[in-house]
Amino acid sequence: MNFNFKHEWIETNVGLMMVITMIVISIGGLVEIVPLFLIKDTVEKVAGVRPYTPLESRGRDIYLREGCYLCHSQMIRPLVEEAVRYGHYSLAAESQYDHPFQWGSKRTGPDLARVGKKYSNEWQVQHLIAPRSMVPESVMPNYPWLLTTPLNTSDLVDRLKALRKVGVPYSLTEAEYQRNVKQFGAKTAEMLHIPDAEKNLVKQAQEGNYDGDRNNITEMDALVAYLQVLGTMVDFSKYDADHFAKFR
Amino acid sequence: MSKEKLQSQAVQTTGHAWDGDLQEYNNPLPRWWVWAFYATIVFAIAYWVYFPAWPIANGFTHGLGKITYTDDKGVRKTTDWNTRSDLMVDLNAHAKLQQPYFEKVEALPFDKIAKDPDLNNFIASAGKPLFADNCAACHQTGGAGKRGFAPNLADDDWLYGGTYEKIQETISGGRHGYMPPFGEALSGEQIAQLASYVLSLSGEQVDASQAEAGKALFHSETATGCYYCHGNDAKGRQVIGAPNLTDKIWLWADVPGAATPQKKLAAVETVIKHGLNKGVMPAWGQRLKPEQIKVLAVYVHELGGGK
Repeated sequence: MNFNFKHEWIETNVGLMMVITMIVISIGGLVEIVPLFLIKDTVEKVAGVRPYTPLESRGRDIYLREGCYLCHSQMIRPLVEEAVRYGHYSLAAESQYDHPFQWGSKRTGPDLARVGKKYSNEWQVQHLIAPRSMVPESVMPNYPWLLTTPLNTSDLVDRLKALRKVGVPYSLTEAEYQRNVKQFGAKTAEMLHIPDAEKNLVKQAQEGNYDGDRNNITEMDALVAYLQVLGTMVDFSKYDADHFAKFR
Repeated sequence: MSKEKLQSQAVQTTGHAWDGDLQEYNNPLPRWWVWAFYATIVFAIAYWVYFPAWPIANGFTHGLGKITYTDDKGVRKTTDWNTRSDLMVDLNAHAKLQQPYFEKVEALPFDKIAKDPDLNNFIASAGKPLFADNCAACHQTGGAGKRGFAPNLADDDWLYGGTYEKIQETISGGRHGYMPPFGEALSGEQIAQLASYVLSLSGEQVDASQAEAGKALFHSETATGCYYCHGNDAKGRQVIGAPNLTDKIWLWADVPGAATPQKKLAAVETVIKHGLNKGVMPAWGQRLKPEQIKVLAVYVHELGGGK
């Protein structure tokens, strides 16, 4: 058979086989990936979603460092069971500033996409130090060091600059700041201005008093600030229940 | 298998020969496997045609499938099949089962709900998962609360009031416990006197003269003003969430857990000295629907201590 002859010809030419393999794989990849950059209507246009403040952003770093994502997803799927337990399904727009996103495909603990403001700061602190003191049946490990470890902010500016490079609208210049004022309002735009990041981080930690101690800014402050904002940016009461269906 | 038998099957070889005599059989795949493989291809094509599947230029193929759902205003709408509309269909079906009950709960005043056995059954079963998901993290599964953190909901002692209406108000608006610190305004001796008086109110053994001095401080307008919030009779004021100090229920100071009178005194002194700025209950008005809050209010009321 003619086909057999060609197959053997490829198999016995390593260089040719490599080239042809790469062509086949890249077709598969391009077909899957390229359209995602072109599709505009899958990321919903929705008011309220903003990048994380410096403090929340550091809290997110700690979330990643401690591997919270290994047990907790941040994606409420459009299923009845999840809608009843966790609330409105997650929107693509809600994780548009996450690099990388924390959707997850496995849950040992509950989904955290809308955990923000569900519990008090005190509860979060106590639960992170000793989960079983609040939820006896929990299998979550203790994270007591978060409360005693001062938050390292030495690389804060570099981290925000890196996020800015991948498209998160943190501002460095006056023009970028003005653009943020237009998009997010003056109050939020100030929090996203990289030159003031350190000052804003301290201010938010002291005003929010997340860990119950205003004087020391700990990793607990940052992590709780991050947890308390999860899923709270979009006000779903402003939208009809079927509003977001048109993006699918 | 013997060599002769293998040869007798006369299976085709691939035609290669390595090292002069090493050959490879070219067995055909089992028929059932091949047909199953073709079936998956047919299935995939049908799937692509019916459901949203392929990304194209700056959109995607929506598929031929349609879905009909009912929107917020009760209008039937038909659109291309998608998971989000599918969820609305499922949620509506789910809501339909509970809707008559929730409507009744929403429409009736609390005293009528309490007298309706059918509604009480509904609240006992629908309230349980609502309580478990939203309240139990602090107040614990049975509502027994946690000393030093969240009050017991199963007893008849209420910080902000134990009527249906007050419980409903607490759930939807949240609460924030606050007592100012007296560590700077009072001397250590004065704090000890106050603590003795507070302990004496619930029958603890204390030094009588200390307690007497503490009583004067408690009612002093200039030194402390304790009675502003806790009341002249120290039975608390539910309007501002100031607890009754004359009962044996302790939320913040761990008096029942303290082994010696000294430790009991120390526990109360700590609260007077540092005050309290906790006991934060989040507001559920945004997160839960009004009828869900009403179900929870009745559920909490029926945990044992409703007024």
